[in-house]
Amino acid sequence: MPKDHGIGASPKRREDVRFLTGAGNYTDDINVYGQTYVHFLRSDVAHGTINSVDTGAAAGMPGVVRIFTGADFEGVGGLPCGWQVTDKHGEAMKEPGHPVLAQGKVRHVGDPIAAVVAESLEEARNAAEAIEVDITELPAVVDMKSALEAGSTKVHDDLSDNLCYDWQFGSDQAAVDEAFANAAHVTTLDLRNNRLVANPMEPRVALGDYNRANDESTLYTTSQNPHVIRLLMGAFVLGLPEHKLRVVAPDVGGGFGTKIFHYAEEAFVTFASRQINRPVKWTSTRSEAFMSDAHGRDHVTTIELALDADNNFTGLRTDTHANMGAYLSTFASSVPTWLHGTLMAGNYKTPAVQVNVKAVFTNTVAVDAYRGAGRPEATFQLERLVDKAARELGVDPIALRRQNFITEFPYATPVAVEYDTGNYHATMDTLESMIDREGFAARRAESASRGKLRGLGVNCYIEACGIAPSNLVGQLGARAGLYDAATVRVNATGSISVMVGAHSHGQGHETVFPQVVAEMLGIDEGMVDIVHGDSSKIPFGMGTYGSRSLAVCGSAMVRATEKIINKAKKIAAHLLEASEADIELKDGQFSVAGTDKSVAWGDVTLAAYVPHNYPLEDIEPGLEETAFYDPANFTYPSGAYACEVEVDPETGKVTVLDFAAADDFGNVVNPMIVEGQVHGGLAQGIGQALLENCAYDENGQLLSASYMDYAMPRADDVPYYKVDHSNVTPCTHNPLGVKGCGEAGAIGSPPALVNAVLDALNAAGHDIGHIDMPLSPSRVWSAING
Amino acid sequence: MAEITLTVNGRSVTKSVKGNTLLVEFLREDLRLTGTHVGCDTSQCGACVVHVNGKDVKACTMFAVEADGAEVATIEGEAAPDGTLSAVQAAFQEHHGLQCGFCTPGMVMTATALLRDNPKPTEAEVRDYLEGNICRCTGYHNIVKAIMAASGQDVTSIAAE
Repeated sequence: MPKDHGIGASPKRREDVRFLTGAGNYTDDINVYGQTYVHFLRSDVAHGTINSVDTGAAAGMPGVVRIFTGADFEGVGGLPCGWQVTDKHGEAMKEPGHPVLAQGKVRHVGDPIAAVVAESLEEARNAAEAIEVDITELPAVVDMKSALEAGSTKVHDDLSDNLCYDWQFGSDQAAVDEAFANAAHVTTLDLRNNRLVANPMEPRVALGDYNRANDESTLYTTSQNPHVIRLLMGAFVLGLPEHKLRVVAPDVGGGFGTKIFHYAEEAFVTFASRQINRPVKWTSTRSEAFMSDAHGRDHVTTIELALDADNNFTGLRTDTHANMGAYLSTFASSVPTWLHGTLMAGNYKTPAVQVNVKAVFTNTVAVDAYRGAGRPEATFQLERLVDKAARELGVDPIALRRQNFITEFPYATPVAVEYDTGNYHATMDTLESMIDREGFAARRAESASRGKLRGLGVNCYIEACGIAPSNLVGQLGARAGLYDAATVRVNATGSISVMVGAHSHGQGHETVFPQVVAEMLGIDEGMVDIVHGDSSKIPFGMGTYGSRSLAVCGSAMVRATEKIINKAKKIAAHLLEASEADIELKDGQFSVAGTDKSVAWGDVTLAAYVPHNYPLEDIEPGLEETAFYDPANFTYPSGAYACEVEVDPETGKVTVLDFAAADDFGNVVNPMIVEGQVHGGLAQGIGQALLENCAYDENGQLLSASYMDYAMPRADDVPYYKVDHSNVTPCTHNPLGVKGCGEAGAIGSPPALVNAVLDALNAAGHDIGHIDMPLSPSRVWSAING
Repeated sequence: MAEITLTVNGRSVTKSVKGNTLLVEFLREDLRLTGTHVGCDTSQCGACVVHVNGKDVKACTMFAVEADGAEVATIEGEAAPDGTLSAVQAAFQEHHGLQCGFCTPGMVMTATALLRDNPKPTEAEVRDYLEGNICRCTGYHNIVKAIMAASGQDVTSIAAE
């Protein structure tokens, strides 16, 4: 029988009723008395020198309150990057300025030039049209390799070139060279990891509200991490101390990474609200989102695998160009390096692994973390390469993977990380049981009878979640700690508010976190509420990304709850006139071991707040505890995925027939929510592999700035998924033994799909080494037809 | 400005609106019915779907003045007055058909319209009908499953929760 409450149960989500009845409170649903509206005038050219911005006529337009330009932000800080990467020569990455509004130059389509604040949005838009901007257009830097050629136009005139850093990591050169020199076979693959846009369905919104009475600014914003925004904006951009700055992220309509970062619009509305002493609201349109939300992926890679005569992997080396866009977004520099290079060993015991990454500035929107952040890029390269190697060698792709699996843990990879647990054969076994491989030949024949080509593709993945040990990331260049925090406030009647640093924007924390606390205390889950998203209510935590909420913030919550239990036992011991060591907590009752004496949870909590009969000389009244938790290591979810497709050779159209995912997430608190996370990740991975592409032309014009041009996966593009998380190797270093599940689906799915399509085509007699994503009908048809 | 009178969730409303005010702006800003969402500007995402005279309509595709005299139903009116969820709403909760909740009102209104016209749709018909509603969280699995369940069809054989 599945559990009906506590850890391992799937209670219905308590957040659902408000979302299902229109009672959610998203940022755009908030209006503040006296509110003004801002419209940003954005660059329509990719690169240019700003000669003048004449706001004279616009300033006199109806409803205009004030117009701001870059000049208003001289003396104000720029948007910071939170991670300094050191290159292979020991030099710090190049870190160009990123003004809130453009100063001197515009560097991508969408770069904000001016901001009109008006009584209504319509008036702000109308006035923006009356601003006269004189820009001398410059050649646009779009292609990464051209950007690094001598004499290329520079995105930032004050830098020596467009190279942000040239990073190398992993095994030493001699070991890698030796592996390739002695190889019996080398497989090489050139590929692109297509540029994507995260596209949470809620566009970004920022509302700045300055209160002159106490000199406090409140920012309501669509963020995955309100405290991170308060820190970055307060300390680096506007110079506001924490106690004068409150950041609220209420219900947030999806994030997927793109709502981690601190954006210009947040700083603008906070700054402008202080200047005009009125609230200022910005609501992004979807078109604006495409040209101002940080993009994802966009890596171009050559990867090589050395194998010995027995098909053992002996060496791996990669050469990647990673697009940074025009400015360094908050975590941009860490994605192609520490979140990508460290995962290049994958599930395999390859002894020599070397990763090379050149990060490049271009006249495009900034690129930063998107669901998986570096790990999908690593997985895609490696799992496409292994599949290609299997085909070149004429061996079974699953057998080749199994032969090279890491089987002993802990395992220190050549790229710095140590996997604590895993069982890659077990997830592959499960996957094989899910996909009826034996029946595939018959299914392929049936497709062929209809003129269709059927393919089956598999891949493995490993990822690093539970981000992250502060001492480690500090050595690697992070400019912040990556712990999290929870405060457990027990009220007099025994109900509990848990204030957490993690932020829920679809993950269901309000349901899941109480399952843990209630189980630890043996009380009803309905007595526990989660408070999140308001820097004035929650302890200083780092928010939600990198599948960290339960592994890091959940661990803090467990630690704080343990402190509550310890104190409650002291109180119970006093009430029961027993020794503290003899007090046991079970099902919400404190009892004296070996007796029938007990007091209920509510008796103890009431005593804590009405301390008439209370050991005041030993302990303080009240029952509230905070814990900060800094993880000892990353967590390493892993799994094996399979995709079955049918290709129409006449049109090149790919249909996804089946998708199976076998994951090891460690312990699972709420299976329903874990499965939902995998489903969503799979759709995003299928979207990347089949549909989505953020496209620029050679002039830096963004060609895919609406849902008419950027192909989002829709209900009829995807099948029902088969998911399994029954293989559990618990994380060894956090109290819940959890690993994280938020990104796996997006990390693990693109290679399986591409492998399946190539299996379909090559089994039909073609000889196609690779097709770049997305596998649109035209690309597949072109590959078939040479 | 033009004065319009319409019925919204069973209540008569009379307001002055500008000629270029979209129905979705009217609902959100003038009536403060903020359950209807705006997720795009090209009538693609379906977060703003409401019912106008019983038909599912993207509220970003019509002006408020065009709704003069119409019966409009929004997500706020779907549950019974005592809070009991509609069959579609209840199925979305039961089958975890929502995560961040932003697309959810549009999904529920679209699904409700589908089941009104086609009480026992096939999986393919459900997926086809949802063509105009984008969800980025759920991968559609549990949305389709919820709609099938709301139609009274057995979904126990569909993998996973």
